[in-house]
Amino acid sequence: CRWRALLARPAAALRALRGLAAGPEMHFGFQSVTEEERREKIYQVFESVAKKYDVMNDSMTLGIHRVWKDILMHKMNPCPGTLLLDVAGGTGDIAFRFINYVRSVRERQLQRKLKHHQNLSWQEILENYQKDKFNSLGDSQVVVCDINREMLKVGKQKAQHLGYSEGLSWVLGNAEELPFDDDMFDVYTIAFGIRNVTRIDLALQEAYRVLKPGGRFLCLEFSHVSNPLLSRLYDLYSFQVIPVLGEVIAGDWKSYQYLVESIRRFPPQEELKAMIEDAGFFKVDYENLNFGIVAIHSGFKL
Amino acid sequence: ADPSAAPVPHPLLPAGRARPSHSEPWGRDGRRGEEEEEEELWHQLYPGHIPTSPLQKALLATGSAVMALCDPYRHDMVAVLGETTGCLALPNLRDKMKNHPEGYRILQERPRIRLSTLDMDRLQGLPDGTLGREYVRFLEDNKVSPDTRMPPKFVDNEELAYVIQRYREVHDLMHTLLGMPTNMLGEVVVKWFEAVQTGLPMCVLGAAFGPVRLSTRKLQVLATELVPWAIRSGLNASCVLNIYYEQRWEQPVESLREELGIFPPP
Repeated sequence: CRWRALLARPAAALRALRGLAAGPEMHFGFQSVTEEERREKIYQVFESVAKKYDVMNDSMTLGIHRVWKDILMHKMNPCPGTLLLDVAGGTGDIAFRFINYVRSVRERQLQRKLKHHQNLSWQEILENYQKDKFNSLGDSQVVVCDINREMLKVGKQKAQHLGYSEGLSWVLGNAEELPFDDDMFDVYTIAFGIRNVTRIDLALQEAYRVLKPGGRFLCLEFSHVSNPLLSRLYDLYSFQVIPVLGEVIAGDWKSYQYLVESIRRFPPQEELKAMIEDAGFFKVDYENLNFGIVAIHSGFKL
Repeated sequence: ADPSAAPVPHPLLPAGRARPSHSEPWGRDGRRGEEEEEEELWHQLYPGHIPTSPLQKALLATGSAVMALCDPYRHDMVAVLGETTGCLALPNLRDKMKNHPEGYRILQERPRIRLSTLDMDRLQGLPDGTLGREYVRFLEDNKVSPDTRMPPKFVDNEELAYVIQRYREVHDLMHTLLGMPTNMLGEVVVKWFEAVQTGLPMCVLGAAFGPVRLSTRKLQVLATELVPWAIRSGLNASCVLNIYYEQRWEQPVESLREELGIFPPP
């Protein structure tokens, strides 16, 4: 039947396209383009989805993307004083979670400190509290870097709206060529962004470069589902429902068709692990979330 | 897109598959054999066409209906609803056009009503009461433009895509002929007329659910005077898509109404 073939198409096309050599021809979803064209097209996709990005994330994943990002933050377990670089951080989801996490850790630290000073006078307690109050983040900082102006704009507006200002900076930059010095950051994250980078190897090399020795690389990204039944359901949902959601909610079918195709084109868990190791990272590992729909890859610069 | 230019890559489809409607539909562009069968399914039949499966069409129809009700400013949702539900009504309309000499000519020549194709100065210079003058007056009074009509995306037949495009472009002329403004009340009346005329489920739904947002006073006027008139006119009139409007700008609106069979507005 015609439509069964349509559903099977992603698998067949994928098989065919994987066979293509990685020459100047690159993939944009299931289309074949040059490197420059790919960068341009991806820029346009995010330019057009920026305003509805968060709404669409919630609709497509039924809000589960929030849980994934929370898990990433818990895995990172940052302590106050951490310098985080969030690449492709656009609308700020990871950055805001980082700030919340560090604040709560800091508060607990302060509470513990105060508990140990049970015999202080009220005046001394007040002084201590005031001294630390202005340091609610404990010198932690997060830099959000994104290649797309529209996404950064949305992120800044969100920050203003939600009241985040301290310890947060926004930088326009390309993951393949970061505008930062070597050995600067404690943690580097890239959440649902590395899939859109044209030269993943360059991005990984840059990640290695800007991290301090001992720094951690964390990547949260859609990955491959090995369970065959689940994989078929996932394909059905991705190809049949998501573009429709894109059209109905954001008025943009094509960008969301690109999204689901780009997920299928992205290297699976083991391959990405190998690429991260190639960039020089050690103790590279990955954790599957939801049977491989999403995976968190982690590596250390030693 | 210029039909004689090289095919422009469509963001959805692998390069080389997008093609304008005129060119040879089954041409091969040298892709590997195993993909040929699947290529045909992804045929872009006209610029802007997005092929969809029946499941996707069903989801789109439901989603767009809900969204159009929740947010009446989403005109694109009304358009999508029309395209995904018109599979019976559109062929019907196309056949009506084919069997009428003027309609047949429209299908052949495929005229488009756009600011670039209309000579606005000439139309404005026409005497009052003529179709051209009243149409321009309508556009100015309601601050609308014929260029805001969405091109079809989800109709899987090139000719039917034109029919629905023509229907959309003629919509403003319907307003002129019926003498209805573009507020909610006017739109609902035109929808009733169009529902009877075209049988498009989108018009029927719009006509049935549009009044939900009207005040009781307006609903009364609607129910007692406007809707019965719209229905009577719709039933009495011949198919409105069979009029080559671009050749009738000088005709007085009254005479065109009589010719079609639309009763004078209340």
